[in-house]
Amino acid sequence: MMRRCFVAFAAVLAFAAGSAWAQDAVPVGAIEILSGPNAAYGTAIRAGLDLALDEINATGVLGGRKIALTVEDSAGNKDQAINAARKLIGRDRVIAIIGPTLSNEMFAVGPVTNERKVPIVGTSTTARGITDIGPYVFRTSLPESDVIPVTLKKAMSRGVKTIALLYANDDAFSKSGFDVMKAAAEKAGLNIVAIESFGSKDTDFSAQLTKIKALRPDAVGISALVEPTSGVLLQAHQLGFGRETLFIGGNGANSPKLGEIAGAAADGLIVGSPWFIGKPDPANQTFVADFRKKYNKDPDQFAAQSYDALRIVAAAIDRAGAADPGKLRDALTQTKFSGVMGPFAFTAGRDPASTEGVVVLEMQGGKFAIAP
Amino acid sequence: MLAQQLVNGVLLGAGYALFALGFTLMFGVLRVINLTYGFYFSAGAFVALFLTRDFGFSIWTALPLAAMAAGAMAVVLDWLLLARLRRRGAPELASLMVTLGGVLALYAASTAILGPDIRRLPPGLIAGAPFELFGLRVTMAQLLILLASLVLVGALVWLLHGTRLGLAIRAMAEKPDAAGLMGIDTGRIAALVSFVSGCLAGAGGVLIGLNFNAIHPYMGETMMLRGFVVVIVGGLGDIRGALIAGLALGVVEVLTAGYVDSGLKEAVAFAILVAVLWTRPSGLFGRPEMRRA
Repeated sequence: MMRRCFVAFAAVLAFAAGSAWAQDAVPVGAIEILSGPNAAYGTAIRAGLDLALDEINATGVLGGRKIALTVEDSAGNKDQAINAARKLIGRDRVIAIIGPTLSNEMFAVGPVTNERKVPIVGTSTTARGITDIGPYVFRTSLPESDVIPVTLKKAMSRGVKTIALLYANDDAFSKSGFDVMKAAAEKAGLNIVAIESFGSKDTDFSAQLTKIKALRPDAVGISALVEPTSGVLLQAHQLGFGRETLFIGGNGANSPKLGEIAGAAADGLIVGSPWFIGKPDPANQTFVADFRKKYNKDPDQFAAQSYDALRIVAAAIDRAGAADPGKLRDALTQTKFSGVMGPFAFTAGRDPASTEGVVVLEMQGGKFAIAP
Repeated sequence: MLAQQLVNGVLLGAGYALFALGFTLMFGVLRVINLTYGFYFSAGAFVALFLTRDFGFSIWTALPLAAMAAGAMAVVLDWLLLARLRRRGAPELASLMVTLGGVLALYAASTAILGPDIRRLPPGLIAGAPFELFGLRVTMAQLLILLASLVLVGALVWLLHGTRLGLAIRAMAEKPDAAGLMGIDTGRIAALVSFVSGCLAGAGGVLIGLNFNAIHPYMGETMMLRGFVVVIVGGLGDIRGALIAGLALGVVEVLTAGYVDSGLKEAVAFAILVAVLWTRPSGLFGRPEMRRA
């Protein structure tokens, strides 16, 4: 009897504590890769989320309530990501989930949260078809098919009319980047004078480059990982390509390793990026300074994306007027936000609507700078 | 454009030939398809990288040192992996599999220690700017590779056919047991041949790493496939055959990529391998039932 009384009392206490907690804090979850070989991405994303959380909780949402952020580790594993989503929804009663880190994790987790009617917001998932999973799936990361046209526009503003395309034909990343580049070049009205391919482990590109050089295109677009891209640039330099030919990189070229491997041969290459640490606008400069102060290192693109995403979710919670997943979903679709990535809104398909934030970078002296 | 493409092809092919020389020598004398050969190529490039980048050596001192370091590794690995099998007269397949296991372990270990990143020798080691001869562009590194492969072919042919030591090596290639009975120290010859082959691989790694600016632990493995084509088409153990086959492979690859389709260059290169073996099972320049070195 005594014992039963105690259990009942404990249950009442737990319930009271639970509802008091719910009164104070709005539970939001995140699923990121915090261990294993891809942990660098998830760690950067969590750093961005934590920085945003500090700012949001300084004033709070819904009239002073804090956001309680629970970050779960997926270790890059789809099953672990699904379990994390079930735990966040079932036990932590989150009203939104941020993540997961990789597109293929999203293809596993998205259907689960969509069925439970909890909005999920990808910050680093760029594959095609992500938001087709269902009406509760959003993403704030720009797919490559949105970035390349901005890069080509910059090239055309410099007088580029003809382009040769060069890509690695034996890895999926480079091939899909090439498809995007080709479609974008055709749409932009560029004249494609040659399409050449190579193996991603090749070191000799002289035959393809000699052929391209004879055709004298205004620009050469390269879709490959950073190592072969560097090799192409080095050999192009040897074969006498000069600054009259504009080299355009795909997503793979957006890496500081390009300057390390190719050195001066990479100078002049342009590449589009959803974000750049040197963007001069005050919002970005404040973010970079705050990030450096909190973590003692430079933020990367993944931190910037997640920093914006949590603030977008917080703003939507305020507009929803209640800690309710359904109302939050509707509020998210009405997003009008301006963050470190630039102006942001969702399309009807819950993808990023604007490419205004895309920066075109140019290699100068082995480092990226904003292209003039 | 054709002239530049032919130059590209010859320079690429010279690299293949340079890589294949030591490989074919090792086979011709020691009668083993030694797959660890690709590792000496990577090792030579890395030794040169450390010497030039971390210790400030010039390329002219780093090149022979790296070649000799790779040669020393070849001697040690031959002794560790193959000497025992040779003494017991093990079948060729056992030796092949031992070198396969050995080289995979070596690649994996060196990747674990050094990392998979692609590195380059410090820029400015040799005159980096290409120069133009009659409108054709070549670089210093490419000329070095061409020169090295031609000089080394000459030197090897002279060593094998113009010296007493060469006679001993050829005797061992012909019949190791009989050579031993004639008073030739076959263990010493095996070590010497391993050393020379390792040096050739190491020097090739440095020069090709210098030309393509891509040094990584698996660089020898990617060359190994081309190396196979060259030594088989040229005739296993045939030094001059390796030079001719290397140059031919380079030219065929470049012309296919330049005039047919760049996606087909490997298909064509390996189809030639098959076609050659169909029509001439001992290689383009090999004569059946004849051992040579």
